[in-house]
Amino acid sequence: MARIATTRRVVASTIGAWFFGFLIFFPILWMMLTSFKTELEAFAIPPSFLFFHWTTENYATVQERSDYFHHAMNSIIIAGGSTLIALLIAIPAAWSMAFSPTKRTKDILLWMLSTKMMPPVGVLVPIYLIYKSFGLLDSRIGLVFILCLGNLPIVIWMLFTYFKEIPRDILEAARMDGATIGRELVYVLTPMAIPGLASTMLLNLILAWNEAFWTLNLSTSNAAPLTTFIASYSSPEGLFWAKLSAASTMAIAPILVLGWFSQKQLVRGLTFGAVK
Amino acid sequence: MATRQTQLLARSLLTPAVGLLFIWMIVPLALTIYFSTLHYSLLDPGSESFVGLENFRYFLTDPAFLASLQNTLVLVGSVLALTILLGIPLALLMDQPVIGRNFVRLMVIAPFFVMPTVSALVWKNLLMHPVSGLFAWLASLFGLTPIDWFNDVPLFAVILIVTWQWLPFATLILLTALQSLDEEQKEAAEMDGASAVSTFIYITLPHLARPITVVILIETIFLLTVFAEIFVTTGGGPGLQTTNIAFLIYSQALIQFDVGSASAGGLVAVAIANVVAFFLVRIVGRNLEA
Repeated sequence: MARIATTRRVVASTIGAWFFGFLIFFPILWMMLTSFKTELEAFAIPPSFLFFHWTTENYATVQERSDYFHHAMNSIIIAGGSTLIALLIAIPAAWSMAFSPTKRTKDILLWMLSTKMMPPVGVLVPIYLIYKSFGLLDSRIGLVFILCLGNLPIVIWMLFTYFKEIPRDILEAARMDGATIGRELVYVLTPMAIPGLASTMLLNLILAWNEAFWTLNLSTSNAAPLTTFIASYSSPEGLFWAKLSAASTMAIAPILVLGWFSQKQLVRGLTFGAVK
Repeated sequence: MATRQTQLLARSLLTPAVGLLFIWMIVPLALTIYFSTLHYSLLDPGSESFVGLENFRYFLTDPAFLASLQNTLVLVGSVLALTILLGIPLALLMDQPVIGRNFVRLMVIAPFFVMPTVSALVWKNLLMHPVSGLFAWLASLFGLTPIDWFNDVPLFAVILIVTWQWLPFATLILLTALQSLDEEQKEAAEMDGASAVSTFIYITLPHLARPITVVILIETIFLLTVFAEIFVTTGGGPGLQTTNIAFLIYSQALIQFDVGSASAGGLVAVAIANVVAFFLVRIVGRNLEA
């Protein structure tokens, strides 16, 4: 029996929720609006909220002057590459732990979790020096590698919790029917695992796209993804707010859309299944 | 029915992941430990020499360490307190019958998906700029003197930015937990004449205890190493006012090129994180058995 919601209560909570929701979203909205202003209007006081001269010239300038798409491509390659490799390593591992658990499975899972706890600054020095001597500084492959390892524990954990939920009976039945492990994997497990795989991939893409410790420390220009590119706007060589806003809007737009799709899985992935 | 063969297969499927993570954890950590015992400056290559615990003595007695430890604790503590104290009422509000709840959810969760360098620069310039920022304009509307955020209250400015980034995470987790709360339990309490306040204290809050713990632990892990937000806004300054441990180690390693001291600092950071990790792993482990 659902509680009867009085009209007054609905109106009050709706107004409240929309007000605070809008407040939290406002900085992003403001950035998006600013990206369509001219530089002069961008820092005019009093600011104009809607009635300014709308222009898309900032988007064009950002691309012309700073090669935005080069950095966007780096972001795509680094986030995409690290996610794919992490999945390739994690799928067999999670499959193995979910379906052939041993006495040590729990310890291994917790140990993997604990590797995620290691603060990146703790190993910044050796990683930097190793990268320097192997010529991996400012290289895409170096960033792919480090982001892949950094997110691997989360990927394994998420996949493990999803695989765990696949009913074992179905697998037993397939085995009884004489399915080999390969067939079992392709025809039984994969179709049931796809939703879990998709959300794991999505969450990992978001994390890798926004990662801003290793990318800032290990890349400068060639391999610089959008995080590093945007950081270059922090040098106070002039107030380019409209351009900063345009570049920022383009940098977050794709991930905002992906993120909105994956918000339910986010809770599960980031809490290691402790909150569902 | 695990045969010996499937066991073997299972183990071989697990090996690459375990091996890679093991190397990833052991090699850099071992190197950090090794470097931490050396006098090792990148400006003076070839002069490496064993100095024992000298780097630790230097790092731990450096006034910059105490300042940055304090900043780290203030930053982590404030953001935790703010995200939980704002997150609970926000989650409760969104758990009410709200028209267009899904859209509100989208607005609330959005900041979490914004890359740290973008949120830091947008806040620093568009909102917190002392002359042309939106906050300065708002202040002048009310006849107040605009705050020069990054000069007068730099650490608080960083705290505000980081809170904005993590409030969605806390809210989303608390909301998820609230939605799994048994409606009938609350109804029964209401029928027994319990007030909204006592329903909250005796039913809702105990139910939220675990998710709150999880939020605290996970946020702490990430907040201990806040870096990009400081890197693009204050660069640790003015003075040391916004230097946290992560930023201090970064500046010792990649600005002053003092590998030995930075490594000692890195190990201190690992030790601090381990205290938190210990509790988080225990909570997650308990859940694994259930």
